[in-house]
Amino acid sequence: MLEEVVLAGFGGQGVMSMGQLLAYAGMLEDKHVAWIPSYGPEMRGGTANCSVTISTEPISSPIITEPGTAIVLNKPSLDKFAPLVKPGGILLINSSLIDPGYFRPGIKIFEIPANDLALEMGNTRVANMVLLGAFIELTSAVSIDSVIESLKKVLPEYRHNLIPLNRAALEKGQQIAQNQ
Amino acid sequence: MAKVLMKGNEALGEAAVRAGCRFFFGYPITPQSELPHYLAQRLPEVGGLFLQAESEVAAINMVYGAAGAGARVMTSSSSVGISLKMEGISYIAGAELPCVIVNVVRGGPGLGGIQPAQSDYFQAVKGGGHGDYHLLVLAPASVQEMVDLMAKAFDLADKYRNPVMVLADGILGQMMEPVEFPAEILQELPAKPWATDGARGRGPNLINSLYLEPEKLEEHNHRLFEKYRQMQEQETMAENYHTDDAEVVVAAYGSTARIAKAAVDMARKEGIKAGLFRPVTLYPFPTEEINQACAKAKQVLAVEMSMGQMIEDVKLSLNCRLPVSFYGRVGGMVPSTRAVYNEISALAQKGGEQA
Repeated sequence: MLEEVVLAGFGGQGVMSMGQLLAYAGMLEDKHVAWIPSYGPEMRGGTANCSVTISTEPISSPIITEPGTAIVLNKPSLDKFAPLVKPGGILLINSSLIDPGYFRPGIKIFEIPANDLALEMGNTRVANMVLLGAFIELTSAVSIDSVIESLKKVLPEYRHNLIPLNRAALEKGQQIAQNQ
Repeated sequence: MAKVLMKGNEALGEAAVRAGCRFFFGYPITPQSELPHYLAQRLPEVGGLFLQAESEVAAINMVYGAAGAGARVMTSSSSVGISLKMEGISYIAGAELPCVIVNVVRGGPGLGGIQPAQSDYFQAVKGGGHGDYHLLVLAPASVQEMVDLMAKAFDLADKYRNPVMVLADGILGQMMEPVEFPAEILQELPAKPWATDGARGRGPNLINSLYLEPEKLEEHNHRLFEKYRQMQEQETMAENYHTDDAEVVVAAYGSTARIAKAAVDMARKEGIKAGLFRPVTLYPFPTEEINQACAKAKQVLAVEMSMGQMIEDVKLSLNCRLPVSFYGRVGGMVPSTRAVYNEISALAQKGGEQA
């Protein structure tokens, strides 16, 4: 099993932390993982992306040029990464911020209104978790439980009250992806 | 100890602490700033000292002083900053002092950019500053190897009384991978009877790189080169990947070697006999090892994030016995796996013809 994912959006949408959680969860499952951030003169509101590789075999190259999955949270990220997805790969679109209707033959496209769903749950900041839940449903790269375990390790104790909300967001994403 | 997920820059910092390093002098620069950031917090916890100097020039001279006093000491920077440190590095090599210098390379020349590159190869392996000298240069290709080589770097520096450079790049510095550290923090450091740590009960020690008599300076240069000869004999390290029957051997180091490895995997799937030779020591260059790796080779391909620097050592090592081609990206651009695969595939079709 080899999953090569690119996650992209505006700075502040939780793209980097979503990628780190994914990598952390893979590590907890004893898989080989790597996480590479884009870095540059970037700031809140600018674009941010990271690449995550999860594999049962040692990872030859952690540098992803043809992702199996791209998770895009805003329009500039769609423009940049949708054309790079491998034939047969998956494109997960945050349709709350990106107009629907993007099409490319030969890849599987899922539109998830992540911000709207997160808002319904009372906190737009878990929009990234909704998308992560959908990704997990579609690829089985890691389990939701491993992501929750990772959250427990990454979040300071006084933030653990947010874990149930994050779990609910992950499960919401899972459920939406199931039905598409 | 359980594995932790860590950035390459931070992992270098923790590995240095566990290797007994207690002094860091540096000046921030992208893409290595997580390393001083980490040590600023970590060194005081183990009774060490972190100091952000007023400039790179000041920092390297503080390293010179601490190394002379017998401390395990390091500095880190990226390309531009390493150039500023070169005068001091030449002094440290001339005065035969051990220290570790990390260069997380970014694109150049000049201020260049902040994205990953390997264009400081010449500077690293040829000495870099003035005079006849060499650094011992180690090139990790994963976060775990950054940890392993950091410990080795301090040991080699002490063994040869020579500065050791850990040459990484922006990808390795910024990337997170799971790592395992040695469980114990090294407490016992090797004795340094030559150090200028106070002449109580012994004659004074002198640390200097000034030899006004040419006879003495020539002798000193010969002594340095005897050390480099010993390094060549004893310290070369390299990794071979599917080279046993390889007809096309890719030579690459650092993060580029990871890309080349994936390209070799791709080529093998297509039935092409490709392999990867990865030098881990860039100076001394693993000359014997590359010749063994290329025993069945008809074509060699050097892949670098530069306009072609390591390729010179590849050609020299192979003594022009095999055609050596080049593929590279520069300025912070990173070669894609497919582009490297395409080069391999084209060379495989050529067979033994001259490139």
